[in-house]
Amino acid sequence: MTTVSPAPAAPVTERAKVRTLTQEDARTGLLLISPTLVIVLAIVVVPLLWSVLLAFQEVRLITVGRHSLFSPLTIENFRRVFTSDVLWSSLRTTLIYTAASTALTVLLGLIAALAVRRPFPGRTFVRASMLLPYVAPVVAVTFVWKIMLNPEFGIINEWGQRLFGWDDPIAFLSQRSGELSVFGLEIPVPVGLLTVIAFEGWRYFPFAFLFLLARVSALSADVEEAATVDGATPLQTFRYVILPQLMPVIAVVTVLRTIWTFNEFDDIFLLTGGAAGTQVLSIRVYELLTVQQNVGAAAAQSVFMAGVLLVLISIYFNVMRRRGGEVL
Amino acid sequence: MERQVFGVLRWVVIAGFLVATLLPFYYMFMLSVRPIEDLLLNPDSLWVSNFTLDTYREVLAPVDEGGQGFVSMLRNSAIVAVASVLLALAIAIPGAYAIARLPFFGRRYVSVLFLAVYMFPGIVLAIPLFVLLTKLELRGSLAGLILVYISQTVPVAIYTLRNYFTTIPESIEEAGLVDGLTRLQIIRKISLPLALPSIMATGLFVFMIAWNEFLFALLFLADNRDNWTVSIGLATLSGSVEVPTTVLMAGSVVITLPIIVVFFLTERLLTEGLTAGAEKG
Repeated sequence: MTTVSPAPAAPVTERAKVRTLTQEDARTGLLLISPTLVIVLAIVVVPLLWSVLLAFQEVRLITVGRHSLFSPLTIENFRRVFTSDVLWSSLRTTLIYTAASTALTVLLGLIAALAVRRPFPGRTFVRASMLLPYVAPVVAVTFVWKIMLNPEFGIINEWGQRLFGWDDPIAFLSQRSGELSVFGLEIPVPVGLLTVIAFEGWRYFPFAFLFLLARVSALSADVEEAATVDGATPLQTFRYVILPQLMPVIAVVTVLRTIWTFNEFDDIFLLTGGAAGTQVLSIRVYELLTVQQNVGAAAAQSVFMAGVLLVLISIYFNVMRRRGGEVL
Repeated sequence: MERQVFGVLRWVVIAGFLVATLLPFYYMFMLSVRPIEDLLLNPDSLWVSNFTLDTYREVLAPVDEGGQGFVSMLRNSAIVAVASVLLALAIAIPGAYAIARLPFFGRRYVSVLFLAVYMFPGIVLAIPLFVLLTKLELRGSLAGLILVYISQTVPVAIYTLRNYFTTIPESIEEAGLVDGLTRLQIIRKISLPLALPSIMATGLFVFMIAWNEFLFALLFLADNRDNWTVSIGLATLSGSVEVPTTVLMAGSVVITLPIIVVFFLTERLLTEGLTAGAEKG
């Protein structure tokens, strides 16, 4: 009966209703996000800014409870950090450690992902086992590594001496540099640093493995079959068919691992305590804080560390943008 | 020919990875059930000839009974981890839903902010938090540690939950709207039950982070032995020469076991929940 009259009215009321719904949703959205915002601002953003402030103030560990936000500013902490003779050597150690560990992690993860790619009996068990180093408590696995590598009763040294004819036990975690003789040439080897890099590879390859396996399992089989029909060998198939499709995931994993390895503290602290040529920047911050009890200098050192990280990240973004690729 | 080589190589590689990942865990278990004298006499043995459980008795017994007090550390770790999971989820679920679905002001920047947070070195945060907790007289307390763990895990939790919420078809929620439900009712009655697998996976992930965390526990709890969590307890005791290695290995097994059990029970859930979206490349 009312076939004509409501028709022009309907869109108007509907639009009005939609607008209020959107507004209401926006209000609900802010309400729902606010607990997160509060905690992230209070426990992360404000402390980050505060650590910049602390870096410009004189604060000692003993007087930290009485420290005032408005104590006078000074650049003494930065002078201390930059004139220290260990700054550049620990920066260099950090960069070598980061690059080598990340490369090893991604390489091992890639090999593992390709190996368990196709279904076989027991695949679930194998996959879960390979993730164990990543999920187990860092304190427990570093402790086991320390005992395995122990020069007196560690199993690696025992077996090395028995099976591979090592002359003396190797102090993997307390030796800055050893000599490796190859055909009469004595090559210096940074034993401590290599050992912590090997540990990083062992502990974090599961992370790369997990992401690469997810991608590699989702690849369509058609292109590979076509390549096989055209006579491509497995190596060629990998190089020209599989690898290009994995590159985006490899890039993401590499970036994340680079950042996290750069920030790494626990593993090195628990394995070597920063001795034997493994003093990375985060260990240096910790030493300034607890050994020298200088909170201001520790903050300055940590701000320097965050600065280096920011520089690395912005270099990456610039390179990616120039290449015209996607950033992440 | 090359194909056959790779066929064999594949099994060699799988076996190699299995040995490399499992051997340290086997070694941990094997040392934990041997007396220390046995280890010093036969350091190269991979078999248990002299089985004992005294190591476990010693590591678990309270300090005043001559043990290492791991039971109370396990309790502290459990309190911290469970509280972190519940609070982080309570905060992250609404937040993730809002980012996934609701068009509020600043929505795009919020996720970038959270990701940026996750990129900063923990040690940079540790210094001001150390000062802050000292001032609030929360340093050395479990509550302070829980607060820090929540802030560390909420951004990741939001990230994984948001990915999941966006995969729920919007039409289902719209049907609820048409039926006259409010937004909060839709979340509670429609979205939450659908997102349950992802919520469980995220909760387990937070549990693992909180249970395993070391740096903040070291900085905030070192002086207060009563509140030690398992990480700081094992790390501190392994630095002293008085406690036999095999006893500490028993401690390592005790703190690793809950994680391994949780992990094997939920491995599929966890790996799929956390890498959701990775397939798209």
